Amino acid sequence: MNIIVCVKQVIDPEAPPSSFKVDAASNRAEMRGVPPVVDPYGEYAVEGALKLKEAAGGKITVLSLGVSLLREVVKKPLAMGADELVLLEDEVYADADSYTTAAALAAAIKKLGSYDLILCGREASDTNAGQTGGGIAEILGLPCVTLARKLEVVDGKLRVERVTSTGYEVVETPLPAVVTVSNEIGEPRYPTIKGIMAAKKIELVVWKSADIGIQAGGQRAKVNRMYQPVHEGKCEFVEGETLEEAAADLAGKLREAKIL
Amino acid sequence: MAEYRGVAVYAEHKNDKLAAIAKEGLGVGRKLADALGQELYAVVVGSGVSDIAKQAIAAGAQKVYIIDDPLLKDYQTDAYLSVLEKFVKQVNPRVLILGQDDIGRDLAPRLAFRLDTSVTMDCVELDIDADSKRLLATKPIYGGNALCVFVSETDPHIVTIRTKSMEPLETDDSRTGEIVNIEAGLDASALRTALIDRVVEEVAGIKIEDAATVIAGGRGIGSAEGFKQLEELAGLFKGAVGASRPACDNNWAPDTAQVGLTGKIIAPELYVAVAISGSSQHMSGCSGAKTIVAINKDKEANIFRHARFGVVGDWKKVVPAFTARVKELLAP
Repeated sequence: MNIIVCVKQVIDPEAPPSSFKVDAASNRAEMRGVPPVVDPYGEYAVEGALKLKEAAGGKITVLSLGVSLLREVVKKPLAMGADELVLLEDEVYADADSYTTAAALAAAIKKLGSYDLILCGREASDTNAGQTGGGIAEILGLPCVTLARKLEVVDGKLRVERVTSTGYEVVETPLPAVVTVSNEIGEPRYPTIKGIMAAKKIELVVWKSADIGIQAGGQRAKVNRMYQPVHEGKCEFVEGETLEEAAADLAGKLREAKIL
Repeated sequence: MAEYRGVAVYAEHKNDKLAAIAKEGLGVGRKLADALGQELYAVVVGSGVSDIAKQAIAAGAQKVYIIDDPLLKDYQTDAYLSVLEKFVKQVNPRVLILGQDDIGRDLAPRLAFRLDTSVTMDCVELDIDADSKRLLATKPIYGGNALCVFVSETDPHIVTIRTKSMEPLETDDSRTGEIVNIEAGLDASALRTALIDRVVEEVAGIKIEDAATVIAGGRGIGSAEGFKQLEELAGLFKGAVGASRPACDNNWAPDTAQVGLTGKIIAPELYVAVAISGSSQHMSGCSGAKTIVAINKDKEANIFRHARFGVVGDWKKVVPAFTARVKELLAP
């Protein structure tokens, strides 16, 4: 089974919100002093691919699109156990919207040629858009199942448990297909030393936008404004001689405020 | 080129009732339609759904399009996608509003790419720009660390709205509206994915979406046993137990209890966050709570920026004492 996983490099979403800054002039965001990471949602997709490979065999090719991709960051899926990495790196993608991103990934997937399954995270931790998977499916004319928590090949079809607000659905799709993976798939594995050593030997492929026939422009959505919401932060800290006393006092405060 | 007019709302429904998210969509849709000086439509998809159309009119729709077909009985992506594509091409609305939920998350991006237009997901604010008359769609990005206002270059501008972020109109059964049927025209062989089963895993007791009090635990709880203590506290409040994503990922709490951007978005009267640091992605799920109380050993934890009351300390000491005092105060 040939699996393609789309994962991107993002600013670290786990960094303290106090280090988050938006540059209003360029409409770009950064985590000051914190290095970028592989998107955690994308890591769940890598984990889903690795589980499938363990069960059914095959090859995992990772696609990462962006600008200024740090090799030590984007190679993490290889260290986790993926087989190949193709970087779609070009200045053209600096302000790519969901349309441009999906179009470029779809073009790269076409160029790769042979695939049974394309996995993406349910959304990315920076844009929180959740459009790339569905977009790739539409552009390539493939079926798509979103929010997967379990993947299994049954009689040549893919059986997906799809997370819903009340539990899950079991959906079956013919292959090739696009599936977006949710965190319920389980914690992504840590790279092993062996995996890290093996990843070092894998040669990366880099395709510029021209290599896959993608041009600048053609965006469907424009950013009008980007800003940080303001929190007043007027927390009343309840203290006491002991923590137990503070806790009891907290209950008293809630009673006073007629919350309890 | 077609002229795009009107604001359309996908009228989601469950158990023969128009969903709350659809009423919220019609509420904000009314505001947008007024600003454009255009009409508000609802589109109902399903099997045997004529009563939903009446409910949509009572909730504010002036014109309801019904696509009724046995093949549409259950939500199935390819089928729903096909009929909504047909609806948009026939009606040409300027804006199409869906909910950011099981259906909208799946359907809205597919529909936008199929129609070669753009979609903005998980909007918390929708306005019409006074000069350009274009939709300004505001959505949280970076897990809620920032807000971004998008304008679409193409029509229709499709959006999904966050649960409980928009005000519904008061339901009024005296409202009148026009009902139009659209043929589904589905070809069963074109439906590629198949729904095999639908499993409800909801825990017993009050759902966290409906609870007035939610006691939620995070990574710092450390075990499933720890969550049992939170259950006791939640019981006193006749509330429900929630959890952050790390707690769910560790199986200390069921996935259906997850509060946050990728879990439930809730707005209880009281939200007690125990050993939760308060990442932006978590706060996206609970910042609508009327009062947030935080118990955390790290005074610098982000949760205290959102809390009205806080106790800095080990939850293992704080929670039992808090529970005991609450029990005393609530005793008859």
